[in-house]
Amino acid sequence: MIRLVDVNKTYPTHSGPAHVLRDVGLDIRSGERVGILGRNGAGKSTLIRLISGAELPSSGSVERGMSVSWPLAFGGAFQGSLTGIDNLRFICRVHGVDPEDKIEFVQEFSELGLYLREPVKTYSSGMRARLAFAISMVIEFDCFLIDEIVAVGDARFHEKCNHELFVKRGDRAMIIVSHDANYIRQHCSRAAVLSGGRLHHANDVDAAFEFYRQETAVAA
Amino acid sequence: MVGQTDRSSISTLMGSWRIQRRVIWALLLREILTRYGRHNIGFLWLFVEPMLFTLGVTALWTATKAVHGSNLPIVAFAITGYSSVLLWRNMPFRCIGAIPSNLSLLYHRNVRPLDIYLARLILEAAGAGISFVVLVIFFHFIGWLEFPEDVLEVIAGWLLLAWYGFGISLFVGALSVSSEAVEKLWHPISYLLFPLSGAAFLVDALPPLAQKVVLLLPMVHGVEILREGYFGSQIVAHYDVSFMVICNMLLTLFGLAETRKVSLTVVPE
Repeated sequence: MIRLVDVNKTYPTHSGPAHVLRDVGLDIRSGERVGILGRNGAGKSTLIRLISGAELPSSGSVERGMSVSWPLAFGGAFQGSLTGIDNLRFICRVHGVDPEDKIEFVQEFSELGLYLREPVKTYSSGMRARLAFAISMVIEFDCFLIDEIVAVGDARFHEKCNHELFVKRGDRAMIIVSHDANYIRQHCSRAAVLSGGRLHHANDVDAAFEFYRQETAVAA
Repeated sequence: MVGQTDRSSISTLMGSWRIQRRVIWALLLREILTRYGRHNIGFLWLFVEPMLFTLGVTALWTATKAVHGSNLPIVAFAITGYSSVLLWRNMPFRCIGAIPSNLSLLYHRNVRPLDIYLARLILEAAGAGISFVVLVIFFHFIGWLEFPEDVLEVIAGWLLLAWYGFGISLFVGALSVSSEAVEKLWHPISYLLFPLSGAAFLVDALPPLAQKVVLLLPMVHGVEILREGYFGSQIVAHYDVSFMVICNMLLTLFGLAETRKVSLTVVPE
């Protein structure tokens, strides 16, 4: 169970504090897939960083009763001067996993071949995304946080990612934030909309979708 | 019920300690790779670089027959002095900018700003320490330098200096996150502190008033302890262990408090 209670987040700006999240509450039970819809700048990434524990709330509490991944996003946070393997090793060590067993999987899944032994700064953006996804699949979590996954690489690789994440890890909890309602509809059993700093819960995905559609229509 | 809570909090503490060790180890290895790479001599630069500094200073002081107020050999004097400067002077520089350049690592919940600082500081201290030991052994081997009279006291002095460097680095490093002025100010401050730090003189050789003034600087005490351990009966050392320990504790406290402030507000990128 992951539980957010009255979570607020403000950032200092030159024109006073910006209140990004207001009294956000959210429960995720094990195995549940929750989608969070929101327009650009709605605070989706902030919310997911707070759930992951990478950032701390200004007030309120975040309880993590299961292991939670870092925010998985295509692109990845790599040190450019290190090779793909060194980046993999670092992440494995941080999470207490033996890296040497995982090299083969990453090499194969990312389709990087010998490039895995080259510095990441020489990679194309597609190669980086493939490496990021492959490394994300090396550490197992009870709950995966997925931040704005957009189609990357060719359709076949995209299909491979979906299979690895949603089929092989179908029993895990997931929190997916996106501005793409169809993506959420496809993968989530429940959805909420983040708007004006507040999280609006809906009874089902369709209701959330409808709420989101009106939100975007009004703004457009 | 109470017993249970206690046990679980102890096991949580042990668990946190395990995670912290793991994270710092991971950061250390990563730091070695990003800083020194696998080219030419690789991680040997860790202590070769400080060694070159110390050798350079030793050569300069020997050439200019630096006046240091004693009849100690200049080589011995320079090595004990400059090895201690390396600690408190370079450690803060490694912490300034450490967080902004590693923001992406903070995406991993267990990586906290303190871990990033600790990894860099351990590495820096290890480099300075290894270079000191290697130089002492080398110069002893070629017959220019005696071994220390009291190794334990040398280690104690060195550790006090390392602790001082650790405290001031956390403080300066964490402050620099919120204010760029800190970095600009630390450059001249550290430069100006060098001649006053006790690396280039013995306190005993100064007039009484000047002794009082320089002994306000904590690192002077550390260098004096280190030198007393090294040269023993040949010099008269002036220091106050409790003064240095109190300064170190205060700096560490301020440093940890500032680091905590950073970890509460930092935004991973």
